[in-house]
Amino acid sequence: MAIDSREIILKGILEHKPKSITTLPDLNFSKGSGEGLHKFIASASFNGSKVYRISGLTELRKYVRENFSSSDKILTTIAALNDIAKQAEFSEQDDPHDLEDVDLTILKAQLGVAENGALWLTEELLGHRVLPFITQHLILILNENEIVSSMNDAYQKIGDQDYNYGVFISGPSKTADIEQSLVIGAHGARSLGIFMMQEN
Amino acid sequence: MKDHAALADIFNRDEERVSWHDDTLWFVREKRDKVSKDIEDWEQLRNAASQIKDNVLSALDRYLIQFEKNALKNGVIVHWAADALEHNRIVLSLLKKAEVKSMVKSKSMLTEECHLNEFLIENGIEVIDTDLGERIVQLANEAPSHIVLPCIHKKKEEIGEIFHEFLGTPKGLSDPQQLTEAARQDLREKFLTRKAALTGVNFAIAETGEFVVCTNEGNADMGAHLADIHIASMGFEKIIPERKHLGVFLRLLARSATGQPITTYSSHFKRPLKNKEIHIVIVDNGRTIQLGREDFRNSLKCIRCGACMNTCPVYRRSGGHSYHTAIAGPIGSILAPNLDMEKYKDLPFASTLCGSCTNVCPVKIDIHQQLYKWRQVIVQSGYTDTSKTIAMKGMAFTLSSSRIFDFAGKSMRLTLKYIPFAINNQLNPWYKNREMPEVPKESFKKWYHQNRKNGN
Amino acid sequence: MRVGLFIPCYIDQFYPQVGIATLQLLEKFGVEVSYPEKQTCCGQPLANSGYEHLTQPINNCFVENFTGFDYVVSPSGSCVLHIKEHLYGTDKVDETRQIKENVYELVEFLTDVLKIEDLTASFPYKVGLHQSCHGQRGLRLASMSELNEAPFSKPETLLKMVKGLNLIELKRKDECCGFGGTFCVTEEAVSFKMGKDRVKDHTDHDAEYITAADMSCLMHMEGILKRANSKVKVIHIAEILNAG
Repeated sequence: MAIDSREIILKGILEHKPKSITTLPDLNFSKGSGEGLHKFIASASFNGSKVYRISGLTELRKYVRENFSSSDKILTTIAALNDIAKQAEFSEQDDPHDLEDVDLTILKAQLGVAENGALWLTEELLGHRVLPFITQHLILILNENEIVSSMNDAYQKIGDQDYNYGVFISGPSKTADIEQSLVIGAHGARSLGIFMMQEN
Repeated sequence: MKDHAALADIFNRDEERVSWHDDTLWFVREKRDKVSKDIEDWEQLRNAASQIKDNVLSALDRYLIQFEKNALKNGVIVHWAADALEHNRIVLSLLKKAEVKSMVKSKSMLTEECHLNEFLIENGIEVIDTDLGERIVQLANEAPSHIVLPCIHKKKEEIGEIFHEFLGTPKGLSDPQQLTEAARQDLREKFLTRKAALTGVNFAIAETGEFVVCTNEGNADMGAHLADIHIASMGFEKIIPERKHLGVFLRLLARSATGQPITTYSSHFKRPLKNKEIHIVIVDNGRTIQLGREDFRNSLKCIRCGACMNTCPVYRRSGGHSYHTAIAGPIGSILAPNLDMEKYKDLPFASTLCGSCTNVCPVKIDIHQQLYKWRQVIVQSGYTDTSKTIAMKGMAFTLSSSRIFDFAGKSMRLTLKYIPFAINNQLNPWYKNREMPEVPKESFKKWYHQNRKNGN
Repeated sequence: MRVGLFIPCYIDQFYPQVGIATLQLLEKFGVEVSYPEKQTCCGQPLANSGYEHLTQPINNCFVENFTGFDYVVSPSGSCVLHIKEHLYGTDKVDETRQIKENVYELVEFLTDVLKIEDLTASFPYKVGLHQSCHGQRGLRLASMSELNEAPFSKPETLLKMVKGLNLIELKRKDECCGFGGTFCVTEEAVSFKMGKDRVKDHTDHDAEYITAADMSCLMHMEGILKRANSKVKVIHIAEILNAG
């Protein structure tokens, strides 16, 4: 049944599609604003993220200790943070459902996009794919020199990078499904803290 | 069955509600305007998106084959469905094979188009919609009224009632924050216990075999990553050639849809987790036919942002349900007649052809021109009242010659007897809420004849 | 310059003063205007209802009447757009093309062809400008709120030349009034609500007059204003530009 449908569909398309192939556009028109850091901070804040500029992980540790009580429920994939968080390491036997009571997750993002405040992460940075979603709160660390201007630039940088799963995260989980009232904390993380490591 | 006009008439009996609905959606349209004007190259972006989609349609078979090949290489299982029923059967068979009786589902307009929920429920499978808006309409036993904002027609007090009944929230609770929290708690349990998840597909990339799903709530990811089997349903037009083209579409999609610079999550699924499965169901369901309709094929460029609904003055004042189809509004009105011309013959007429939809469309579909063209096709296919055709023929006769035209004008001082608004009586819908123009003592033609032709 | 004056059927019958104002205004600028007396209609009411295939004799009638002019000018954006987009199928191919290329709505004729820079008109009232969709989005008489483009407005440019005229701001600059031809009766409920909302935007901003480059929208809003016994009046832009 399935094979037949495949052939029927492809044959139908071949018969019905336009007679000539149109060309793809040049994407270089998109120069981006050239604005980096400040635009990123403005965009991320607009999306409901909290942005902190830090010069080292000490300030992040201090923030976490002040705001989150039990380190049992804090996970990270960053080895240097093992004093404040457990390492998020998964084997095939582990059940991701055990993550349901994670309070805070701290991950490192690959790049940030100035025009929309989004951060790019791939699976190896996540511990488990579900972690940035199932956690109650999320902190992402980004090097300030990893900011690109636009999505166009972001995909140029991502290029043909191979990943099993990748995600742009641009803020805390949210919804406006009830009368267009913005509510932060739908199904994913209730908050997103972005800690920007200053260039040195 | 009632047509758009009749359903819109019912919707308009509560004028205050119509104004509220109109204002709420206008608010979204204004957010879209603002954020699109922050992007200097916005119009170039629309051009680029339109060109990419034109290219996709012109080489669709090739891209689908390329996508399939790469997806298979990635360990993703690909299925093809010629129509809605086949899609539904594929989903059912996958669930049965996995011995799953209950499934979480994030937003997918394709599954609305295919009426998947009804089909699965009939076959003993529980479906839990996890997008908040979809969950609300599901509990209310209604269809979504908008493709991006499924319960935009409901007031928070009504949602509070539904949640009181189904989720046990306190009676009278209508605070959006608290209602959302109640849904979060309820659905978290569902995410953690269901073994199967279905999502839609926003973009499928031929070059890499990956597909992208965009949500604000995080429900697609919560479902997909926790389930053993992830089924992604896509209409075949969701294909884009290369990954870099996401840079165009992700800039446009959320800005057009809700006025956000990007959705909270844009998830790129390429390979399944170890010991888990990802299935993609590629669906035709009338799309091949639409591809063959030269005047209407570029409706397949649609990326389902809903901007045309938010801007449409008719949609805002008639509500999504008055379109009696899964995809309402201007885009729905040019898609639906392809599926069933007789059933949806009213929809291309549910427009003033104001053209605002075409202007907001991020992929530059000429929506209002297609509405006009569908009117011609529907009439010529015979899906129209005989009385209307007789009236129109009479009108064509009257207007074809100045002699008959002048005679009609003189005899009644109402030349336009064939234009329905020109009859001044209680039976005329014009007169229900509007006065007729005052009849002048002479026509322009007569004045001209006296004052210029003879007078000068 | 020879201009053929195209007066749409409903203006001829219901609003002769709009035709007269258009004619007088053009004559003030020294244009040689004539009105072909055998004209009827552009055929839009049929075509928008899905009966474009019946408009052949109407098209023929139009081409016969308007062949041989340098320009065809009409005080209705909607009818002009229809001619531009849908006049076809007559055996006089060259004449048809010539008409389609040289048909102008009055406002754009004044700003783009005659390049009017000042007017003697005086109209000391608060006026709201209704941007009729076909003129605005079809003929591009003004920038459109949906697009990211530099703002401009041909009707506003002209209205600003009128002495004493106070142009009011609207909340929604270019929303449709809901007339839509037969839409106004086939979708009466929505059409009326659209018209009512549009009128309210003007009255909320203290308009004494609502003007537009299309009489059909004004006819719709006038019907609503009159039923509500409002003191606010509608007036075609030609009448304002020709006033005083």
